[in-house]
Amino acid sequence: MSPSRLRRALPHVPLGLVAALMLLPFYWMLLTSARPPQEIFDVSLLPVPDPGAVAENYARAATAVPLARFLFNGAVVCLGILLVQVLTAVPAAYALAKLRFPGRRLFLGLVVAALCVPMQALALPLFVGLAGLDLLNSYFALMAPFFLSVFAIFLFRQSFRSYPDEIIEAARLDGFSETEICWRLVLRGSLPALAAFAVFSVVAHWNDLYWPMIAVNDMALATPPLGMLFFSNAESGTDYGALMAGAALLTAPMVLCFLLARRQFIAGITMTGVK
Amino acid sequence: MSLALDTAHPAAARLDSGAPARRAARRGLAFVAPAALLLLAIYILPLVMLGLFSVTDYQLGAVATRFTGLENFRRAAADPVFLRALGNTLFYVALVIPGGVGLGLGAALLVHGRKRSRGFYEVAFFLPVTATLVAMATVWQFVLHPSLGPVNAALGWLGLGPVGFLSDPDLLIPTMALIGTWQIAGFNMVLFLAGLSAIPKDLHEAARLDGARSAIDRFLTVTWPLLGPTTMFVTVTTSITAFKVFETVAVLTQGRSGSETLLYALYLEGFEYFDTGYAAALTLIFLVLVLLLSLGQTLHFDRKVHY
Repeated sequence: MSPSRLRRALPHVPLGLVAALMLLPFYWMLLTSARPPQEIFDVSLLPVPDPGAVAENYARAATAVPLARFLFNGAVVCLGILLVQVLTAVPAAYALAKLRFPGRRLFLGLVVAALCVPMQALALPLFVGLAGLDLLNSYFALMAPFFLSVFAIFLFRQSFRSYPDEIIEAARLDGFSETEICWRLVLRGSLPALAAFAVFSVVAHWNDLYWPMIAVNDMALATPPLGMLFFSNAESGTDYGALMAGAALLTAPMVLCFLLARRQFIAGITMTGVK
Repeated sequence: MSLALDTAHPAAARLDSGAPARRAARRGLAFVAPAALLLLAIYILPLVMLGLFSVTDYQLGAVATRFTGLENFRRAAADPVFLRALGNTLFYVALVIPGGVGLGLGAALLVHGRKRSRGFYEVAFFLPVTATLVAMATVWQFVLHPSLGPVNAALGWLGLGPVGFLSDPDLLIPTMALIGTWQIAGFNMVLFLAGLSAIPKDLHEAARLDGARSAIDRFLTVTWPLLGPTTMFVTVTTSITAFKVFETVAVLTQGRSGSETLLYALYLEGFEYFDTGYAAALTLIFLVLVLLLSLGQTLHFDRKVHY
């Protein structure tokens, strides 16, 4: 190899090493979920394919805890949150970007201030309020604190501002209602922002543990992280094969989602930060 | 994040007289009404309630409640568990910031400019960001196991004794910081990659002609100063994320051997012991610290970031 090609290849050494460490837990998880229990003391990284053990581990995981139920709950909660977030944030962002109304600056100021308040600071009064209304232990309790995304309002407002005013004026003259302009014209011009936000929101709420731990204690309502916690506490580290199979199943949806929508993920993160 | 709050709006300005203006105002109000109501219910009222709880001895389900002034805050200042949790959290943040930011920056510098392998490294580094942390913490528990895990097997092979990552009380916070770093590095790498691609290529060329021969010289004269705003943003988001560490504690230690963090201590007071008034005071302290972290760092860096 010529020296310049060698120099070009050199970064692969540290990058490859760190990448291997990054992927180690994923590899170990899949490997263990495919090993029969008696091989638990095998610390080698080499795969010993055993289709029987795979089926057994995943079957034991699925019978130990209602894994399918956790996945279903995760899907219901994430999609419910996303739906309400979009339905409330899009009109608000459109009004902030393109309409003049009293209290506009105040509302925008509150949205920006709310961006800095972490959810965990609101959990206690929200818990007391939901307990008072006897609404804990429900899908509603899992979703309600996230119905408003100030991040979505802010992101969509930035995006909507660049929509040409001439087209809005022309549409008004053509008899389009303001609702139609907002949803059918302006939002259509911001579909990348919508996709990026959707990915962002779903991942955040699929993976959240803090609020579900507070809002529900019924295993039938557990979201994937809470279900995983139940599972690992119940297992207390004896049946690693089943535990790793469960971890693999509960992690798989977001990992697949990332692999399929990598561009939107990256765009979403970049939109939040560097501008 | 650019928080430009300017108000110049051609479309809105043109509707500035009489009936059309009133119609536009009504429409605007109708459009923000749902979001404004939710803002009231989810942010404003809860924050007011939080402030009220914090000056009482309210306990969930209690019949009588007294106004106690600043008693809860005085109690926090002398509470060994809370102070330990605060110390642990700051230690954790101090470990994750250099690890997470440094690893993110290093990876971004090396990955930037790769063509064929960039996609692979992006996936490898970013996978921990999307994976469910509770599940992955369970996996880490196994990976770091003294006798069953590959990490200690590798250390033993190198002649190093088994490390009790999750049994030695002194190592609990560093081990969780290791997992925190593992989780956030890819996120930071993506932000740094975006920052790097915004730096014009000819600047490096100009620096080379000006005598910055080695790659390190060019990094110090061009890349590092121009990455200033990105580095600031990444450091702030990393510190805030690290400050909110909860999942790893809930899965790996449950606070044993004095390893509780701020959010975990707060969770126990508010939602296990139902000491609502005291938990509200702790929550306010937590909130103020998070706000200071973002504000203080922004101001600090703002003065330094010039180009």
